Amino acid sequence: MNAKGKAFRYGDNVDTDVIIPARYLNTSDAKELASHCMEDIDGTFVKNVQQGDLIVAERNFGCGSSREHAPLAIKTAGVSCVIAASFARIFYRNSINIGLPILECPEAVQGIDSGDIVSVEFSTGTITNETTGKSWAAEPFPPFIQEMIAADGLINYLRKGVKA
Amino acid sequence: MSMTMSQKILAAHAQVDEVRPGQLIMADLDLVLGNDITSPVAIKEFAKFGIDSVFDKSKVALVPDHFTPNKDIKAAHQCKMLREFATDMEIENYFEIGQMGIEHALLPEQGLVDAGDLIIGADSHTCTYGALGAFSTGVGSTDMAAAMATGKAWFKVPSALRFNLTGKFSPWVSGKDLILHIIGMIGVDGALYKSMEFTGVGVASLTIDDRFTVCNMAIEAGAKNGIFPVDEVALAYLADHCKRKPVVFQADADAEYDHTYEIDLSKLRPTVSFPHLPDNTRTIDEVGEVKIDQVVIGSCTNGRISDLRVAAKILDGKKVDPRVRTIVFPATQEIYLQAMDEGLLRIFVKAGAVVSTPTCGPCLGGHMGILAEGERAVATTNRNFVGRMGHVESEVYLASPAVAAASALTGYISNPETIEEN
Repeated sequence: MNAKGKAFRYGDNVDTDVIIPARYLNTSDAKELASHCMEDIDGTFVKNVQQGDLIVAERNFGCGSSREHAPLAIKTAGVSCVIAASFARIFYRNSINIGLPILECPEAVQGIDSGDIVSVEFSTGTITNETTGKSWAAEPFPPFIQEMIAADGLINYLRKGVKA
Repeated sequence: MSMTMSQKILAAHAQVDEVRPGQLIMADLDLVLGNDITSPVAIKEFAKFGIDSVFDKSKVALVPDHFTPNKDIKAAHQCKMLREFATDMEIENYFEIGQMGIEHALLPEQGLVDAGDLIIGADSHTCTYGALGAFSTGVGSTDMAAAMATGKAWFKVPSALRFNLTGKFSPWVSGKDLILHIIGMIGVDGALYKSMEFTGVGVASLTIDDRFTVCNMAIEAGAKNGIFPVDEVALAYLADHCKRKPVVFQADADAEYDHTYEIDLSKLRPTVSFPHLPDNTRTIDEVGEVKIDQVVIGSCTNGRISDLRVAAKILDGKKVDPRVRTIVFPATQEIYLQAMDEGLLRIFVKAGAVVSTPTCGPCLGGHMGILAEGERAVATTNRNFVGRMGHVESEVYLASPAVAAASALTGYISNPETIEEN
């Protein structure tokens, strides 16, 4: 499983209130949530993002509320992977649980600009900036998390386990 | 091998003798919590299991507290989902409007939290219960769904930071000032993935409400949990509220901490977090002139009876600045009644404040006190992110109930020490 797309670049402490403002949390419809994704930090994100694109951010991405609506909005908006220098822990957990691939790699974050084309190989953790040709090695997910992402989230993964 | 208090609780719930930082474990849960925003997503996920009951009807708590009393039709629909699920699954701890309170004030009050418990909640401020010596942490809806089905959750065992407390608070300084000071010191990701363990001779002087406030905001430093030792103060609270016998875990004397911070409580000043991050703190002496439009006193952070008492003490016999919308919201029905019996609600109304039913509404910009473009609020809540309480060009200043009440009187962020008591 791999990802490839254009990078949308953000700074430190992107919180879940700007990823999906609480005023839209009166629904759990993924498409409706996605239509407001990143609205309070980047009003043009939804208009510009295309299937497969990546979000690249600095420290503590996804801090704040436990709302799973945040990774859900990002995933449903078409984002194939989030790369950050670090993630807030609940966001990290939620992303894995819903099958949104996320990678911690401070070095890659420094080497990627907005609009660069970036590819990721999940089995090895290799991140490549196709625009500049530079590559970095992020810590790959342990096998059970790779399986969870491949199964499209924790529930499907657990159900598969139950059936098997 | 030596363990921290948090690690000991995790080990006991994973039925192992010891755990090490970084280890992945599967652990049994004592309580699984959800609210009207996070539960609808969890209920949809739970349905995928195709099972017709939760793991234990007495160990799931559902609290419609965020957009309630229902703020609009969509919110009403989400609450209806919650109510129907609670009925279908015969959930024992479902709290309808009238019994409902803000979840993190409500669950301890209702005796659902005991020392030594392992609790997850689909709400980031679930870390509040560390005040009673429980390991509690926020998760998302999918974890909640899996936990309702299986009674278990996976954890990566955290390392810990220790905060060794000495001394006692000065007048008008409280748990809120302590935790804002700490977040200002270590940053919003200063405790990322870690436990925050509070120890030292200073702990004894903290009220249980102070401890709830401190643990509540552990997440604002990125922590997995915050936790206090179980002393006489905690045991007295548990004896009054929880029917179960407390299980007391203590950190080993030689437990390893990533870092120990020494904090002299007597040196702390009333502290304010400026926009737009909780770690952007200043002491009240460094605030300068900040004109405000709204004051919010309440929330899972500071909506408890001692918070209301402090605010009432400052507002008693006075009038809030007529330009400042002052909103007080007791965190639970029981706190509301107690505040009524003690005459606090009368003080608020006479002062020109409004008293709301329990709700998370204004804290997260849901309803009951949204800010317009360019407006500023002093709030006893927990987050001051961009747009948190309304328009993206509005501002939230986090402070204690004492600072909030003093500011309501003057219309500027104010030092409670400068307000003359009646």
